Order: sequence, then structure tokens, then C-alpha cells
Amino acid sequence: METLLGIKGPDFVMLAADTTHARSIIVMKEDQNKIHKVSDSLLISTVGESGDTEQFTEFISKNIALYKMRNGYDLSPRESAHFTRKNLAEYLRSRTPYQVFMFVAGYDPNAGPELTFIDYLANALPVNYAGHGYGAIFASSIYDRYWHPNITQAEAYDVFKKCIAEIQKRLVVNLKNFTVAVVDKDGVRDLEPISAASLAA
Amino acid sequence: MSSRYDRAVTIFSPDGHLLQVEYAQEAVRKGSTAVGVRGANCVVLGVEKKSVAQLQEDRKVRKICMLDNHVVMAFAGLTADARIMINRAQVECQSHRLNVEDPVTLEYITRFIAQLKQKYTQSNGRRPFGISCLIGGFDADGSAHLFQTEPSGIFYEYKANATGRSAKVVREFFEKSYREEEVANEHGAVKLAIRALLEVAQSGQNNLEVAIMENGKPLKMLDTDVITDYVKIIEKEKEEELEKKKQKK
Repeated sequence: METLLGIKGPDFVMLAADTTHARSIIVMKEDQNKIHKVSDSLLISTVGESGDTEQFTEFISKNIALYKMRNGYDLSPRESAHFTRKNLAEYLRSRTPYQVFMFVAGYDPNAGPELTFIDYLANALPVNYAGHGYGAIFASSIYDRYWHPNITQAEAYDVFKKCIAEIQKRLVVNLKNFTVAVVDKDGVRDLEPISAASLAA
Repeated sequence: MSSRYDRAVTIFSPDGHLLQVEYAQEAVRKGSTAVGVRGANCVVLGVEKKSVAQLQEDRKVRKICMLDNHVVMAFAGLTADARIMINRAQVECQSHRLNVEDPVTLEYITRFIAQLKQKYTQSNGRRPFGISCLIGGFDADGSAHLFQTEPSGIFYEYKANATGRSAKVVREFFEKSYREEEVANEHGAVKLAIRALLEVAQSGQNNLEVAIMENGKPLKMLDTDVITDYVKIIEKEKEEELEKKKQKK
């Protein structure tokens, strides 16, 4: 029911995630941040079984921090995605699998931006745009219509607005608020959240 | 005479010594000098690098390394042993963050390292770590700390200290010339550390490695020319002092 969105541009990756934390039919929290800053130029957004999401993302991010400490340089976004996928795949075949869906988004000064889609079966694939959760059903047609290879950050943000407007209009679940973050050559930063209120304004 | 009592680490000699541990301390005394100075708002660590062989690639043979964003360590003794220790400590730093969502305190990580060293003096089939570590950095409250651990597993906190070859000379130097007001800023702390290293440096100023850590900032390794500048200042001061003494006579 939670939703993640991701768009890769020529020199950036932008992520959006809803902020609802729901347990069965009850909304527990309306300001849950699901986009995690892992390093100076790496973001991971996660949804799925609550608890697993935090646990697994923290495990991955601390290992990426350890890699940097040991070697003196960061794991690249591509390598980070592989590492994440491998761990998820190994846990999948253990007695305690993590049920998480995530985007690994990063900017590599040499290789450029990288957006990797990972689902709970540890499918990992680099994509230009994608979504997780029910919201993604409405997003994909909008991506297809508006994404282009030279998309700018402002345009990507607009695409997210369109997606979120559609989600809030058509999806039976109430996802009021979305946080947005971007990673580019200057590192990671948060953008203005997109909410029903901000869309109406 | 002692030959029988140093076969296993876990065996005491009749006069109450653990000889393997003492040999490990000897390895430290033979290692190149490392100094640490705790300033008011910075920690400076310095080492004398081993001279690089003529054809060796000088790919920064590191004797100063990070354990976490806010913890830095220098050591004297066996580099190979140190690498193991550093690795364990780095993992512990991240584990600590993962488990309790807080960065390690300096005392915690020092205690961890000391405990590991102690374990190796009391279990069979192992030998003690032949390293002494200087661990510097900042706690979450922003206070600077400098700790030292020894192969026996003992640890102390210092304002300034040295370990390795001729550590005693440097320690005496520190005791003589450590002034709170002098290390109040970064410049003074670095100068004191370099002065201390120069007291005992065998290969002169060229093989010094100096790192500064300030609260909330990444570790800064000093460039060779910056170190050279400091050395020039220090030498000038020394000359002036000599002049003064001469005039008094």
C-alpha cells in the first residue's frame, strides 16, 4: 500500500516516497521518512514489511559505511546495488527473509547517475524510472508519457507531482504526503515534500 | 634462564612476569614513534613513517587511520597486527551505530581495543598484539579525547603522549612543554606534535605524517609542504631561543 517512485535523469536521480506508516487498517504515523541517506551520494528508499525495512536498510548502510572506512573510498551506486541484492537474495533463502522493496539511487562521478529497482525476491535491475507499491500502477503510464532522456530536475519533480495527484485521485488508500529527495554531483538533498495541500495550492 | 617461561603466553615466570607480553611491549618500543596531542578543540596525531625503499611505490603506507568518522588511530609496532586490530575496531564502530544508533564514545572503542588485546594475553595458542595504539577523536558531546592502549590490554587517557621508539624522550618533552594555552588552537597543537616528533625523528622532517581532527569535520592529513612550513617555524624559534641564551651569558 505504500508507494515509492524513482526517476533517473541525465545527471541526477530523484526519489519520492509516501510518509504513511499503516498497521492493518489503522494509520499509525503520517511523517515516516522512507528515503535513507546512506552516504554522500547514495540514497536508498525502502518499503515493505514494517521493521524489515528499517532493519535491512540500516544493515546495508552500515556495511557501506564500513566499506568506506576500510578502503578510504565509497562503494559506487552500482556496487551498492549489487551488494544489496546479494544480501537480500541470501536472506530470501534463509529462515528469516526480509520482505522489502527498494530503490538504490546514487551518483557516481565517473559512471553518472544510477537507479536500481530491487523487489523482495531480490530482482535487481537498473531502470530509468519505476515505482513500488500500488501507487506505481498509476505512475507507470505517466512516466511513459513524460519521461525523456534529457529530463531536468524541475521536470522530474513535475512528473512526481502528476503521479501523486493521480495516486491521490484514484487509489483507494489515502497517501497524503510524499517526501522527495535528489542525488546528483553535489550530493544528496531533500526537496519540498509533495502533499495534497501543496498540489492544491 | 627465562627460556621456559616464555613458551606460552599464558604462563607466568616465577617472578610474576608474562614474558610474551613484555616481548610484545619490546616490539612496540622498536616501532616507529607515534605522538598524539589533545588540543582544546582538536586532536593531532603524528607518526614517523618508515623510509620507503627506492623502488617502492609510496602508496601512502598509512600509520594513521580512521576507525569511524570521529575516531582516528595511530600505532607503533607491528603493522600486520595493527591491520587486524583496525579492522576489528572499524567493524565494532559500525556495529555500535547499528545496534544503539549512536556513534561510539572514545572510551568505548578504546576499551574494546584494550579488551581484545587483553584476551590475546590470556588464551592459548595466541600471541599478544605487538602494537600500542593512540586513539583520538571526539565524543558526541563534542569533547576531545586521546587514549593509549598497550599490548597488555591496559589503557589510559592523556592530554599528550607518545609511543614507540624513544617514547620516553618524547613524553618528557611533552611534560616539559605542554601548555594548555599553547594547544588552545589547532596551530599550536600541530606545532607541539611536530616539535615532539622532531625531537626523535631519525630521518628528519621528510618522513612525518600528521593528521588533525576537529569536531564534526573530516580527518585532515597535512601535506608535506605544510609540515615543512611548521618545521621552519619551529627551527626559527629554536634559533631565537639559542640567541637569547647566548646573550644572557
